[in-house]
Amino acid sequence: MTDVLGAPIKRVEDPRFITGNGNYLDDIKLPSMAHMAILRSPYAHANIRSVDTSRAKKMPGVIAVFVGADIPYNPLPMAWPAGGVAGIKNNVNTPRILATDSVKWTGEGVAGVVAETPEQAYDALEAIDVDYEPLAAVVEVEKAIEPGAPQLHENAPNNIVFEWSVGDKDGTAAAIDGAEVVVRQRIVNQRLIPNPMETRGDIGWYNPGTDEYTVWMSSQTPHIQRLLLAAFVTGIPEHKIRCISPDVGGAFGTKIFCYADMALCMFASKAIGGRPVKWVEGRRENYQSTIHGRDHVTWIEIAGKRDGEVTGLRVKTLANLGGRLSTIGPGIPTTLYGRVLSGCYKFPNVYAEVTGVYTNTTFVDAYRGAGRPEATYVVERAMDLFAAEIGMDRAAVRRKNFIPPDQFPYENPSGLGTASGGAKIYIDSGNYEPALNKAITTAGYMDLEAKKAEAKARGKLLGMGLSTYIEVCGVAPSKWIGAVGEGWGAAMWESANIRVHLTGKTVVTMGTQPQGQGHETTYAQVVSHELGIPMDDIVVQHSDTQGTPFGYGSYGSRTSSVGMTAAIKASAKIREKARKYAAHLLEASPDDVEVDGANYFIKGSPDKAKTLQEIAFALDLAFDAPEGMEPYLDETAYYDTPNCTWPFGTHIAVVEIDEETGKVDLVRYVAVDDVGKKINPLIVDGQLHGGIAQGVGQALWEGAVYDDNGQLLTGSMLDYALPRASYFPKIELDETVTPSPVNPIGVKGVGEAGAIASTAAVANAVVDALSPLGIRHLDMPYTAQTVWRAIQGAKGGQA
Amino acid sequence: MSEHISFVVNGTPRELDVEPRRLLVQAIREDLDLTGTHVGCDTSQCGACTVHVDGMAMKSCTMLAVQADGSEVTTIEGLAEGENLHPMQAAFWEKHGLQCGFCTPGMIMTAVDLLTATPIRRTPRSAMRSRATTAAARATRTSSPPSATPPRPSGPARRRPRSRRGSR
Repeated sequence: MTDVLGAPIKRVEDPRFITGNGNYLDDIKLPSMAHMAILRSPYAHANIRSVDTSRAKKMPGVIAVFVGADIPYNPLPMAWPAGGVAGIKNNVNTPRILATDSVKWTGEGVAGVVAETPEQAYDALEAIDVDYEPLAAVVEVEKAIEPGAPQLHENAPNNIVFEWSVGDKDGTAAAIDGAEVVVRQRIVNQRLIPNPMETRGDIGWYNPGTDEYTVWMSSQTPHIQRLLLAAFVTGIPEHKIRCISPDVGGAFGTKIFCYADMALCMFASKAIGGRPVKWVEGRRENYQSTIHGRDHVTWIEIAGKRDGEVTGLRVKTLANLGGRLSTIGPGIPTTLYGRVLSGCYKFPNVYAEVTGVYTNTTFVDAYRGAGRPEATYVVERAMDLFAAEIGMDRAAVRRKNFIPPDQFPYENPSGLGTASGGAKIYIDSGNYEPALNKAITTAGYMDLEAKKAEAKARGKLLGMGLSTYIEVCGVAPSKWIGAVGEGWGAAMWESANIRVHLTGKTVVTMGTQPQGQGHETTYAQVVSHELGIPMDDIVVQHSDTQGTPFGYGSYGSRTSSVGMTAAIKASAKIREKARKYAAHLLEASPDDVEVDGANYFIKGSPDKAKTLQEIAFALDLAFDAPEGMEPYLDETAYYDTPNCTWPFGTHIAVVEIDEETGKVDLVRYVAVDDVGKKINPLIVDGQLHGGIAQGVGQALWEGAVYDDNGQLLTGSMLDYALPRASYFPKIELDETVTPSPVNPIGVKGVGEAGAIASTAAVANAVVDALSPLGIRHLDMPYTAQTVWRAIQGAKGGQA
Repeated sequence: MSEHISFVVNGTPRELDVEPRRLLVQAIREDLDLTGTHVGCDTSQCGACTVHVDGMAMKSCTMLAVQADGSEVTTIEGLAEGENLHPMQAAFWEKHGLQCGFCTPGMIMTAVDLLTATPIRRTPRSAMRSRATTAAARATRTSSPPSATPPRPSGPARRRPRSRRGSR
C-alpha cells in the first residue's frame, strides 16, 4: 500500500462542497423552528433608560421579545487575562447576553425578537422603542487614555484594561542609552474585520422531555463553548448541553469565542416551550457583533551598532480591545505578541510594555495569526528602519542577527521562557539563512537597483520588501499557558479516538474542529500512515460534543502538531492491542508478533499475517478473546505537547508604485516557508495562498474605520476593501524543510504563516519604493490616496 | 399579499407563492430547500449566491423571486449530470480550488458562466478570503483547454436578462 503521508491528495470533503451538499449552520432546518433577530445599539456609547417592547410583541408572527433583564445568565466569561507579571490587574468587563444598563459600541445587542420567520423578526425590531441617553464616545486608544476622555467602565480608570510588561527593562534601557545607533518610530497596525465568507449563527433547542439543550453553532471550538456556556454563563450542567458545529464556512479566529447569541438562542428556545430558535448573522451585523482583529499603536526603539548588530529592542504598545472584552482578548497582545517580539533574532535585550485599552468599538480578539502578525510587523519594520539608518543591506542586517542554527532549542529574550504558568518553552528548531538565501535568489534581490532603474524609466517606483518571520504554532503546553487566574486558565491538550469497526471501517473522532482546512483528508492520511490501512477505509468524524472526545478546538495552527499527534498516539494503542490479539490468533507470544503496515505476523512468517481488519472483526465480536483482554479495537489518546512548534521563512514582496497617482501594484510575491514535514502539500500551499492574500490585504487595502462618534464607516463589503483574485500576481512558493523535534512526524503548522509574514513584506516593499523620496515609514493600508499624499509631502507639496 | 410565480429550477417546473419582497436566493434556499446556494453578504459584493438565470450568472440576492417568474434557473445542485460532475466542479476539486466551500457554489456557477460566455483564460472576481483566489483561477483555466468545447451551457437559448433584474 502506498504511504499517503506527505502526498498531495485531493480532499475527501470536497465532493459535498462542489455539489452544493455542504451543511452549514444556515442550511439546517428543524421542525417547528422559530427565528430570532437581535436589536443592536445605534449608539457607540449610551445609557439605556428603558426598552419598550410592547408594540413589537403585537407584530405579526412574533412569538416572544426579550430584553437584558429577562435573561438570568451571567455576563460572558473572559478566559485569558494578561498574566505572568506579579501583581498585574485586569479590569474586566464583558458583554451581557443582552445589554441592560448601557451600551459600549454600535452593535451591542439590546433586545431579541423570536418570530415565525426571519422577516417577521426583523420587522419587529423596528417596533422596539429604546430610550437611550447618548454619551460621548472615544474610539482611538491614544485619546482613550488621555485625562478627561469619556470613561467606559467604573472599574477601569482611564479606560485601561491592564498594564503588562515583559523582558529586561533595565538591561534594555542601558542598551538603548549606550547604543551607537537608536531608531525610533511610531507605527499603527490598523484594525481589521476578519470576514469569513460564512457569518456566524446558532440554533438553540431545548428539549423539554429530557431537560437538555442542543446548540448548533458555527464555531471552531464546540467543546470549549459547551464548557463555557455551562460553567460560566448559564449554570446548566455541562452534560445537559450538546454543541454541534456543522460545516464551518471559514473562521480565521472569529469563531473561537463565546458569544452572547449562543446563550440567547438556548434561553429563547426554553422560553418559548422548546421550539428550536435560529439566529443567523447578516454581513453588516457581522461587522459589528463579531470580533475584529489587530488595532495596535506602537512606539519602537531599536538600538545597535554600525556593523549591524542589534543590541536592544524596546516596544510600547496600546492595544485596542473594544468596548467590552471578548473571550481571550487580553491574551493576544500579551502572550502571543509581547513574548515573540524578538522574532528570529538573537537580540540580547528586549523589553515591551503593552497597555490594553477600552474604546467604544467592537471587541478585538484573535484574528489569523493573533498577536504574531503584529509582532512580526513590529520587528520586521524595525529591522528595515535600523538597516536604513546605518546604511546596511537589509538582508545582511537580518543575517547578522539571526539565531544561529546551533543555538536551538533557544530561549528568547522577550519572555517566552515564562508565560502564565511559569513553565519554560523554547524555540524548538530553526535554520533561517537558507530560507532567506533561497528567497532572495528567486526574487532577484541582488539585482534590485537595476530593477528600480528599469521601473523608474516607466514612471514607477519599484520596491522590494523582506519579511523573515517565525511563527508560534501548536499552541500550547498546558503547563506553560494554563495557570488558573494568571493566564489562559485552562489546558490546551488535544484528543483523538480511533475505533476499528467489525464491518471494516476505521472511524477517527477528535476534539479539533475544521473550518475549511481539510481535516477529513489530513487526519485520514496520518492514520493511514500509522495503521497501514487505505484512506478509503478511514472515516473522520468531528464537530459534535456528543460523539467526539473533549478537545480545545482548532486555532493557533495547532491541529496538525497537537491534534494529529493525539491521533498518532491513539493509533499506537490500537496497534499494540491488535498485536496482542494477533498473538492469540496466531498462537504466539506478543513479543514474537511483528507489525508491517496493517499486517500482523509471527517473525519470519509474513505470509501467514492477520490484517488489522481481520483482527478487528474477531476482537470486536470477541467469541474467543483471551482471558483478561477487553473486546473491541477502540482507543482514545490525549496529548499535551511539550513545546510549541516554530515555522519560519522569508517572504519577499515586489511592488510598483505609480509616482503620479500613488497606486500600489503588487507585482511579485515570493515565499519560502519552512513548516516542517508536510502532511498534504496541496493543502499546505492552499493555506499559504490564503494567508498571504489576507496579510497583503491588510498592507494594501483593508482597514476598519470608525468616525469620532463610534459609527463604523466601513460597515459592509461595499466599504471594507477585501482583496480580489485579480489584485494578485502568481504567488511563488518554495520551501526548506526542518522537521520539528517536538512531535513524531515533525510537523509544525501552517494555518497562520502566510498572514503573519506577508503584511510586513509588503509594508517593507512600499517603504523601500518610497525611500528615494526620503520616506522611511508609512502607516497601512497603502491606498493610492495615502501613498500619493506621502509622495506629495516628501516632495514638499501641499498634501 | 403574495404573488404566484412559475419557473423551471434545475430542469423541474416549480410553482411558488412568494411575498413580493422575497429575494430569489430566499426562494431557492427556504422555499425550494436548495441550500447549496449561500448568502455571504448583504450588499451583492461577494458572489456566493450566484446562480444561472436563463443561462446567465446572476447574484440571486439582488433579484426578487417574482422577477424570476417564467425563467429557467440553474443552481449548483443542478450542475452535475447525475453522478458525473460538471467539468468546472471537477476542476475545482482537482486543483484545490476551495477550502471551507461556503462560497464555492457561487464561484463555480460564475466560472461556468464566464467560460460559457467567453471561453478564454480569465479570473473570477469574487471577493475572496482563502486559497480560492488563485486556485480557482487555475481551476477555471483547467476546465477550459483552449481547443475544447466550452462547458455545456445551462438553460435554453441565451438571452440578455431583462433590465429589471439584479446585478451580475
